[in-house]
Amino acid sequence: MWRRLYALVIKELLALLRDKASRFVLIGPPLVQLLVFGYAATYDLNNIPFVVYNEDPGYASRELLARFDGTPIFRRIATLQSEELISAFIDRKDALMAIHIDRQFTRNLLSGRTGSVQVIIDGRNSNTAAIALGYVNSILFAFDQEWAATHSMPNPPANLVLRAWYNPNLLSRWFVVPGIIGLLTLVVTMLVTALSIARERETGTYDQLLVTPLRPLEVLLGKVIPGFLIGAVEASFISLMAVLWFRVPFTGSVLALVLGLFLFLFSAIGVGLMISALSATQQQGLLGAFLFLVPAIILSGFATPIANMPQAIQYVTLADPLRYLMVILRGTFLQGDGIAELSSQFWPLAAIGLISMLTASLFARRKMY
Amino acid sequence: MQLQRLSGLMRKEFLQILRDPSALGIAFAMPLFLLLLFGYGVSLDAEHVPIAVVVEHPSPLADTLIGGLDQSRYFRPVRFSDIIAARTALKEREVNGIFWLRSDFVRKALDGEGADVSVIVNGVDANTARLVESYLQQVWQIWLLQQQREQASVLTLPIGGELRIWFNPALRSRDYLVPGLIAVIMTLIGALLTALVVAREWERGTMEALMASPVTMAEIIIGKLLPYFVLGMGGMALSVAMAIGLFAVPLHGNLLVLTLASALFLLVALGMGLLISSVAKNQFVAGQIAIVVTFLPAFILSGFVFDIRSMPTIIQFITHLIGARFFVSILQSIFLAGNVWSVILPNAAALGVMAVVFLGLTLRRTRKRLD
Amino acid sequence: MDGALRFTQVSKSFGTARRKVTALAEVSFTISTGRITGLIGPDGAGKTTLMRLAACLLMPDAGTITVLGLDGKSQAQAIQSQIGYMPQRFGLYEDLTVRENLNLYADLQGLAHTERKERYDALLALTALGPFGDRRAGQLSGGMKQKLGLACALLRVPRLLLLDEPTVGVDPISRRELWAIIQGLREQGVSVLISTSYMDEAERCDDIILLHEGKVLAQGPPSAFTTPLEGRCFFVQSAELSRRLLQQRLQAEPAVLDARLETSGVRVLLAEGAAPPSVAGAEWHRVPPHFADAFFDRLHAERASPDPVVTPTIRVSPQEISKPETVLSVANLNRFFGSFHAVKDVSFTVHRGEVFGLLGANGAGKSTTFRMLCGLLPASSGVLNVAGQDLRTAPAEARRQIGYVAQKFSLYANLSVAQNLSFFASAYGLGGARRRERLAWAAEEFALAPYLAQNAGDLPLGFKQRLALAAALLHEPPILFLDEPTSGVDPLARTEFWRRINAYSAAGTTVLVTTHFMEEAEYCDHLVLMSLGEVLASGTPAEIRARAATPERPNPTMEEAFIALIEAHEATLRRSR
Repeated sequence: MWRRLYALVIKELLALLRDKASRFVLIGPPLVQLLVFGYAATYDLNNIPFVVYNEDPGYASRELLARFDGTPIFRRIATLQSEELISAFIDRKDALMAIHIDRQFTRNLLSGRTGSVQVIIDGRNSNTAAIALGYVNSILFAFDQEWAATHSMPNPPANLVLRAWYNPNLLSRWFVVPGIIGLLTLVVTMLVTALSIARERETGTYDQLLVTPLRPLEVLLGKVIPGFLIGAVEASFISLMAVLWFRVPFTGSVLALVLGLFLFLFSAIGVGLMISALSATQQQGLLGAFLFLVPAIILSGFATPIANMPQAIQYVTLADPLRYLMVILRGTFLQGDGIAELSSQFWPLAAIGLISMLTASLFARRKMY
Repeated sequence: MQLQRLSGLMRKEFLQILRDPSALGIAFAMPLFLLLLFGYGVSLDAEHVPIAVVVEHPSPLADTLIGGLDQSRYFRPVRFSDIIAARTALKEREVNGIFWLRSDFVRKALDGEGADVSVIVNGVDANTARLVESYLQQVWQIWLLQQQREQASVLTLPIGGELRIWFNPALRSRDYLVPGLIAVIMTLIGALLTALVVAREWERGTMEALMASPVTMAEIIIGKLLPYFVLGMGGMALSVAMAIGLFAVPLHGNLLVLTLASALFLLVALGMGLLISSVAKNQFVAGQIAIVVTFLPAFILSGFVFDIRSMPTIIQFITHLIGARFFVSILQSIFLAGNVWSVILPNAAALGVMAVVFLGLTLRRTRKRLD
Repeated sequence: MDGALRFTQVSKSFGTARRKVTALAEVSFTISTGRITGLIGPDGAGKTTLMRLAACLLMPDAGTITVLGLDGKSQAQAIQSQIGYMPQRFGLYEDLTVRENLNLYADLQGLAHTERKERYDALLALTALGPFGDRRAGQLSGGMKQKLGLACALLRVPRLLLLDEPTVGVDPISRRELWAIIQGLREQGVSVLISTSYMDEAERCDDIILLHEGKVLAQGPPSAFTTPLEGRCFFVQSAELSRRLLQQRLQAEPAVLDARLETSGVRVLLAEGAAPPSVAGAEWHRVPPHFADAFFDRLHAERASPDPVVTPTIRVSPQEISKPETVLSVANLNRFFGSFHAVKDVSFTVHRGEVFGLLGANGAGKSTTFRMLCGLLPASSGVLNVAGQDLRTAPAEARRQIGYVAQKFSLYANLSVAQNLSFFASAYGLGGARRRERLAWAAEEFALAPYLAQNAGDLPLGFKQRLALAAALLHEPPILFLDEPTSGVDPLARTEFWRRINAYSAAGTTVLVTTHFMEEAEYCDHLVLMSLGEVLASGTPAEIRARAATPERPNPTMEEAFIALIEAHEATLRRSR
């Protein structure tokens, strides 16, 4: 049994890694993508270009603008002399935001009236716009408070004190990079498993396997183990990179992470093999891989929170193994979670893995005619 | 280039498409399925975010503040009797934040020394956390203005900020995500349709017979391209119709411009698939490459969710290799802003260059030789 | 310009600088216009490379190629519009119908629409594919596919036709039809270059190029090859010995270069100048030499003497062999694919140590029967018994009893030869000394040693077959299923193969085999002839031949018998319909 299994694993690894192109696809892109995506996938705003049309000659407007110029989030690219120019800058996407300060701004403020500021934001990317809006609001609010203090106005009845746990500076990278571990691990396991049975069927080697004394379970394990090996190596490497290169803090239990990755690989390989066992040709296998991969990633909560989805779709996400891994990754990296805190995530992974493996073995045994 | 040979090749390709329904499935069922799923599923709009509210000493003043939270569509306040329980709920991901009014809130607020309201958010999802903070600030400001008016006292918020959002005033994330999704989905479809078709001819030995006939390589490539182009445009039309009809995304620009830009982008996507196919010469490797280079790059680097302007310069530079990036830009403008030529033309030019490069490389790679 | 095709000092090699394989070395020859030239040579001689060079699909490393007076390097496009080329694996679009395939190639070759009907009718009549115009190419039998491929290459009558092993895996009837088409083309002035591993086909060529290890050994008409052998070929019969024993005895004689079974006796080729040795009760009749004899003669000189056949370890006791024990039986076996009745009520039994041959035209249901026996395909109805069990339901261990070589090459193409062998050794649970011994045996017995590091997918066709056979024999199974194990394998290797098989069967191994080489059928103890899914005839080779005997042809060869029986059966069926 062990000798046969060992031979199957070696055969599978050779079939995957002997071909230069195939070897490169398994090793090269995940590494490049980790680096590129790690930096690219961010919601943090930096150097957001804005233009200013300031009609007010007074000092208050200059003080307010100095606050915008002083933060790294915004970058003033032009100071305009007419209101018409604003739309040109925004339409062309040269500027995301325009600040228009009323001619009476300083005078009104000094005389105890409301000084009016108009802020225009390009809403084409609504998320960027919402975040920028938040920043603008806090700058205006801070200005308000300071103006009130220095011009001996009464204190507001209460102050808002904001604190963020687990990620005090609200760095997107801390959120996204652990997610990328899950993403790339899923893609790699799909690469290894989703086409493998279909390829053997198409080339006739599957028949040749079926006339040997190999048991169906051995044939299936012969496909599972290489997927595990390759997936585990890549997942651990990417996790290390997340900590060492991207400096994402790891605060939780390593054991919980390892258990999570193990169960995730189990379920992802199960799904991959299920796709492969169900498809008669590699074309169908590829289609199946995409039909699983794309929704699995989009609905995992990697980029957009599951809580924002309609209830019906939230139910769909329960079948997505990546969804659970995302919680495990972020829990162990940022929230300091251990096995006990994450137990609610482990058993669904195990269940998905079990069901898909059973389906795969059922259909792998069925011969295609 | 000879018309008879070309039409023969195209007829063959169409027949194969009709016989193997998986190509039709890719072109029509996939956009339908993905757009439905994502159109509803992908949203950055945090609404009804569960927030733990801890009021240690209830009072009418505290009620006015909490009332603001209750009314906001962004929050779903959940009462907790003490901060310990609220913290546990935060840790267990049951609530996204804590709004904590200590027992001395009323006393300090009325004293004029100012009471501190503690807000703790779960910062793991930094984006949601930031949105939550921003929404809380808005609730807070409204409350302050309300207090100001009721007590008819002096100004505490001197600036009247008038914030206006152009193109998408309600900040519906769907309005910008759906056009972006079209670009991502079309990248997938274009590459999937063609990634295996040349490799399959190599694997099944049909390429050798084709090559020994008088047909030229350009004819083979165009004979592959055009049928899938027609199919892809069908899928594209379906996606656009769904975006407008089902998701009510406004179309401010011109439909003709949209069609032309889509055609250009489809050429890029199909060209990429053909290039993969001709480089790999075997379906397994072609399939692997297609999985790796299409979806994730288009998803992350196209500016569809993650704003390219926020990326480091070097990464911004890399995004220029992704065709979807240019198309996302065009789509978001045509849908939400109108025919902004200064956005459309340069991006369309970039797409044109990419299409020429991909197809040219394919032509160069597939010489009419076996060695 | 003279000749349709001329190679001048052409060399071609493949691979990287580190591991270079020379396919052709300074090859020069000319093919005359309007003649059929046969390209003959053992496996790996470089036949396919030569064909591809002639079709301008490969560029030579050195030397010049002139096709129809045009330069192969600079005028490839012009050449390709004037030649017809049929690769070994012809590129039919399997999901297109026969007519749609023809339409495609008609468009590609620029055949005018007005000419089409006439041409299609002619070709469909010629290939007898007329009734199948609307059938998908994927559903045609192997022989029909080859004929369709040829029809596609012939849409516009080419000036030069290149055919790379067009008759591999094609049954004798289809083969005869293919040749009728090719000979008809010669009448129209077409020059044909055809490679083949059938020696009887070589004799139908006007001219022969003998290729060996990338070099041209000889060129000339078949008579130029056979005439020098006059007086060295004999037909030997013996009243005392069985054919097979006689053959073994003869083979052992140093004077005998080759001994092959033929009808009721043995055909012998003597070494030059040797006198017929006296073997128990043998009668020697002088017969005219065939091209096959010439091929053996030439290549014996080139190749080292054939390796001695290693007698396999006998794992069955002699007593067991002596009693005719049934190891495999099939009763009332049926298989439907949809409404298509592929195997109709087939019954037969196979005894231990028998070589059991399954013959039949392409699409007669042989492979389907094999796949059911091996447990790869469930039977629609009927009883299967292989070594006492039905392999479809038996535990995995029972499959250790069988070895299976599929019709299509089905080992791991991107694993090396050594890796493939080592994998299958483990799959069959071989370990330790036995494993080492068997692996060494496989490399030596099948002459695979020089190819061990090469990817299995890149092997020449004949070596792929050998590798597949080696993999199936590693665990010395008591029952062997061989589905066309010798298709595309050269005659030398085939003879060795059959010697080996007979030695195995003598040691108690039961062998089930299908083949399209009718002379190989002579090596079987028992034959079953299948046609359109049913068993047509069953018996020893002599019995089968006798059934086709007529007053005009009292002593038919197996091929003649095969064609006569199948045609008669198909005719009655057509009439009854």
